[in-house]
Order: sequence, then structure tokens, then C-alpha cells
Amino acid sequence: MTVPESPAERAAVARLRFPSAPNRPGDEVRFDREPMGGPGEVPRPAVDAAAEVIHDIRHGLVRVLDDGGNAAGPWASGSLGRQELELGLRDMAIVRAFDAAMLRAHRQGKTSFYMQCLGEEAVACAHRRALAPGDMCFPTYRQQGLLVAAEYPLVDMMNQVFSNSRDPVLGRQLPVFYSAREKGFFSISGNLGTQFVQAVGWAMAAAISNDDRIASGWIGEGATAESDFHSALLFASIYQAPVILNIVNNQWAISTYQDMSRGAAPTFADRGIGFGIPAIRVDGNDYLAVHAVTEWAAARARSGHGPCLIEWVTYRAGAHSTSDDPNAYRAKEATAAWPLGDPIDRLTGHLRAAHAWSDEDQRKLDEDVRRVVSDALTEAESYGTVKEGPWSDPASIFEDVFAEMTPQLLEQRRRAGF
Amino acid sequence: MNMIQAIRDAHVVAMERDDRVVVFGEDVGYFGGVFRCTQGLQQRFGVQRCFDTPINEDGIVGVAVGMAAYGLRPCVEIQFADYMYPAYDQIVSEAARLRHRSAGDFTAPIVVRMPTGGGIYGGQTHSQSPEALFTHVSGLKTVIPSNPVDAKGLLITAIEDDDPVIFLEPKRCYNGPFDGHHDQALTPWSDHPLSDVPGGHYRIELGRARVHRPGSQLTVVTYGTLVHVAAAACEEAGIDGEVIDLRSLIPLDVDTICASVQRTRRCVVAHEATLTSGFGAELCAVIQERCFYHLEAPIERVAGWDTPYPHAHEWTYFPGPDRIAAAMRKALEA
Repeated sequence: MTVPESPAERAAVARLRFPSAPNRPGDEVRFDREPMGGPGEVPRPAVDAAAEVIHDIRHGLVRVLDDGGNAAGPWASGSLGRQELELGLRDMAIVRAFDAAMLRAHRQGKTSFYMQCLGEEAVACAHRRALAPGDMCFPTYRQQGLLVAAEYPLVDMMNQVFSNSRDPVLGRQLPVFYSAREKGFFSISGNLGTQFVQAVGWAMAAAISNDDRIASGWIGEGATAESDFHSALLFASIYQAPVILNIVNNQWAISTYQDMSRGAAPTFADRGIGFGIPAIRVDGNDYLAVHAVTEWAAARARSGHGPCLIEWVTYRAGAHSTSDDPNAYRAKEATAAWPLGDPIDRLTGHLRAAHAWSDEDQRKLDEDVRRVVSDALTEAESYGTVKEGPWSDPASIFEDVFAEMTPQLLEQRRRAGF
Repeated sequence: MNMIQAIRDAHVVAMERDDRVVVFGEDVGYFGGVFRCTQGLQQRFGVQRCFDTPINEDGIVGVAVGMAAYGLRPCVEIQFADYMYPAYDQIVSEAARLRHRSAGDFTAPIVVRMPTGGGIYGGQTHSQSPEALFTHVSGLKTVIPSNPVDAKGLLITAIEDDDPVIFLEPKRCYNGPFDGHHDQALTPWSDHPLSDVPGGHYRIELGRARVHRPGSQLTVVTYGTLVHVAAAACEEAGIDGEVIDLRSLIPLDVDTICASVQRTRRCVVAHEATLTSGFGAELCAVIQERCFYHLEAPIERVAGWDTPYPHAHEWTYFPGPDRIAAAMRKALEA
């Protein structure tokens, strides 16, 4: 490489690179910028394999299901029987139906806001089913599947979304900012990334307390740009905390493409290398792959082999939120062209190919899902909606600021008329 | 005991009584902290309960919040209050609001200790007094002791508290009750009654001020290092001022402040932090709301200037006994 001699020429080649996203409206749709790979190609390291061994596979993509619905390769452990797979399909179908119901409720003014996880259902649903019941997740706002797969009542989720009189968090939080300690679901923050390092703290606390429960931290690929992400990796690495660090790479942070937070590294899994943390990339739309890798990472953490970083490669098929219109910044055709398909379709295909899943089975499932979501909706609406009420007692805003109300808060509550 | 020994003793008492108490921060483990406040804890309680962290305040407080959510009682050290800004999001958006936003499902009973204040040639990055950045945040308690007896009792109470507590330690008073006379030798704590720290466990409830120096002519409301500076100013100016040491800013002991001001009818508010939007502004507002018809003179405010804390000119910045005495005379003359 030669360095130009004149200052003007040097300036011309020294220009900054400003990443430009693929698949903007009007672009030809393509998904060839990040490594993909086929089913069954990535080896399955031992649970106690050294970080370096696992780093060798970080540019691969753990996939189990092929396009014909067949399970292939070393991650197709066969540990999931038809019953577990049906449960997984039902979890994902409920999440999708729940999201659709909440989007309708938003249009009807029953909630102020909503965030769906369309296309990403497998990541949270399979992950939660592969964890042990006491394990604690520190989620982002797009892991409602963790709650559904933990069998948290749908009506309580809806009560929260509607900010009604039975809202478990008393109307204090934006819709979808759930908190469910008993189901291993940490209170959602709106400040992106903060929960990632807290997950490491929870895991450290469990280890200090001789408790074999593990933590699972969640972050979107966009928020990996925050300092909390790097803090989390550093602390997890130093103390070898029993934590799974999940990056949900759904390609888009509102309008910002993933390379804005990834920089010049080829993948998010590469982030693990500098910290000596095993990192692995997984097809996040493959229920079997998500389940297998979670089981593997959880066993690793629980048996004292420390943290693991997982990049779940998926696609945000819907809008960021009800306040967002992705057609303004990404080609409409891109979603259908996403090469890893739809997680529900793919698991259904596998059930058909390998477990004699019939049209009648599907009809029964559809009816079951329709009924549980509809029943929950009827009940939740009977407890109120954000516009019409009833709501929690407004005087309750002064509670839980502290364990005991200060004299100043008591005085302010009186002045507010309560 | 000096204030460092008292803080160390508070840690020992809290850690012995409750094995959920864990202590960590930069240099706090093996070395025992740059101010030695955690010296000996790692040897005594083991590395699981007192350990070193990387230079990452965001991580220190974020990990503490996660541990508290689990059920531990982390007491962490930020090496200088000036270094807390990377942790501010975790303090303000997370620790302070966790109980409220989850309706009590999760809580964050953490203590974040940090040396505060100047007068040690620390320049702008080792001298700040950021208490108002905490008192403005709902859900945080903010405590600042001025002496060893209070430091121990307040820290034990803070660790036992079910909510996040910011524990500011006026570093200029670690080794003695600094009275603002930087050109004179510091009187060590050993000659002071407030160094007679009781052994074992005791609590000083948050939100109870202490009358440091009883007086009749006016009331000086202050905290931290300026408690001793104000007392010295009273002696030197021959003014019988009542010096109130707030000890805790949130919760605030309004009753003790107002009882004194309503009796003396004149008031000076003093702190080392910069003037504008400082905690003194809040104190002035509270006092005028409740004592307006008792006041004989406008409330005087003494504070650091609205400049970064200077290195060579730190005594120009520092609100020493002369500035406090001048404010007291003005309040008496009006």
C-alpha cells in the first residue's frame, strides 16, 4: 500500500467510513454481509471446552433444522420429544397471538403503546424452556416469550399492558415493562443495556451464596454499543460468573442497521474474544438450535465453567414499536426474503416431517391458542384499560419510592389531595 | 478512632452480623482502599465478601444492583465521588427506581460510598461535592457524616437500610476535624470527643440532624467538613451561632432545622459544593416556607464558587471560616 504524497490526496483517502445499511427502501434485497452457513455444519464443543476451542466456531451459525424440517448435525441432540416440541410451538403461537391481540388493543385505544416480537419468538421461548425454573433472566422489552414459556398468566401481562386496576406494577411502567420475580423475569428498564451488567451481579451473588441457579442477561445488538455491555463482559470474564450473555441480533435498532453497533468486527460473537469469553452464533429462528445451545450454555455455567456469550441471529419482522413505521427506512420486501425464515413455520415443518403432526393437530392448537388469548383478553378488559380505567389508586404513586415513606413524601401526598 | 477507622469498624460490624453484606470496589480488597477504609476486610472475611474490581464504576454499581436484586447487601466504594459519573445511570435509572418501577417485586438495598470534598490538592477531579446530583433523584437517600462517631453509626444504618444509600465521606475530615485553617496543623481526631467511637453495633437513624454547637444568635445549617469550619467561625468571630450538622440530606430533618431557626430568627446555609442549584438552595426554600415570619434577615448562603475546583487556588474556592463569618455578620446586621 502506498501513501499518497500530496496533502490533498492523503486527505482524500483518509476520509471516514460511515456505514450504510443494506436493504433500504428501493434497494435490491440481500443478506450476504454477515456469515450464515447451513444446518449441522457447526461442531458441538464439550460443555467444559476451553474458550479458544469455542472461538474457532464463532463465525459459523449453529443450525439444526434444514428447509425440509429435518434435524441435522451435532446440536440435534434428540433431547426434545414430540411433547416438548408441541409445547414450544404452543408457546410461540401464544406469543404471536398475544402480540396480535395487543396491537389490536392499541389501535382501539386500550393501551398507549406496544412492542411485538414478531419473527423472534423462538429465541425467548426455547431459551426459557431450557433453563431451570429458579434461573433469573434480565430481559429487554422484546422477550415476552420468557414469560409465556415460564407460564406466567397472560391476564397479568395484559393487565400490565393496559395499566389497569390489576396491573402488577400499578400503572407505573410503560406497557410491556413487566416484572415477575417468581417467574425469573427481572423488572424491565427503558435505559438500554443496564440489565446486562446487573445479570452478571445476580450471577455473582448466586455463586457467592453457594446457589446453583444461574442468570441470563439479554441485550439487543444495537444496545451492545452501550458501556454496560462491555462492563458486563469484563466482570463476567474476571470472576467467571455463572451467566449466559445473550445478544439478540435482530438486525435493526429502530432504523439503525447492526453494523453501527458492531463496527468493523464480522460478528457480535467476536466480542467475546478479547474478554476470553466463549462465544457462539446461533440461528435464532430455529427452536431446536436455541434450546440445544441454551441447555449447553446453562450446563456450562452451572458446572463452574463460567459465562458464555451467545449471538442469536434473527430478524425483527415487525416494527420496533407502535410508534414506529419501518417502511420509512427498510425495504418492505426484506422480511419475506430473510433467509432464516419464520420460527413458527420452521418448527411446524419439523413436527410434520419428524413427528406426524397433522392438520387436525394444528387445528386443535390454533383453537387452544385462540381461546386462551381471548379468555385472558376478556378478563383483563374487565379490570380496565389505560384510557377508560379503572386504574390503580393514584395515591399509590407515593408508595415504593422508599420502603417507608419519608415525611416529605407524606406531606406531598397530602398536598396532592390524598 | 479517626473517621477511616470508624468506617472500617462499621464494615466489620455489618459484615459480622449479616453474611449478605459484600464489599467491593477499586483497590478495596487486597490493599484495603486508597484511603484504607476497607483495610483488613478481605483477610478477615475472605475474597468472596471483599474483593477488588476493575476500574469500571458503571460495572461496580450495576453488579451491586444485580446482587441486591438477588438478596445480598452490597456496600461498594467509588474511589472518589468525582469518579461516580460513569455509574450515574445505574444509580439514578436503576438503583433509585427499582422498588417503585417493579412495585416492590425487586429492590436495590445498596450502599455506594464515596470520598467527597476538597482541600487535599485534588484539583477538579478529586475534590467535588456532588450531593445535589443525588438529592434531586427520587428514591435515593444521601448521607454525609462529619465525624467518626456518626460515620460508624450512619454507615451501619445505611447498610441495614432497605433502600439505596449514597454515603459521602468528607475526605478532609478522615484524619481530623478540619476547621478550614489549611495553613495550620490539623488537630487529630484523638483529641476530639466525637472520636470516642462506641464498640460493636449501634445505629444512627437517617434523617436526624445533630446540633453540633448550641447557640442563640443565629443558626448555621450545614453538613460534612463545613460543620467544623462553621463552629470555628463562630468561635473566631465571637458569634454565638448554633451549628446544625444535617448528617442526612435525604431524608431531611426539617423539624430540627426549623425549631432552631424559629428560635434564633437568623440563618446561614453553608456547603462546599458549588452555589447554584446546590443543596443550599433547597434548604433556603424549606426554611423560608416554614420560618418566613420568624426571620429577621434574609437567609445567607455560603458555598463554593460556581467554578471547577481549582488546584493551586483551592483555598480561594473553599468556603472557609472567613466567608462563613462574613455571612454570619451580614445575617446579624440586617
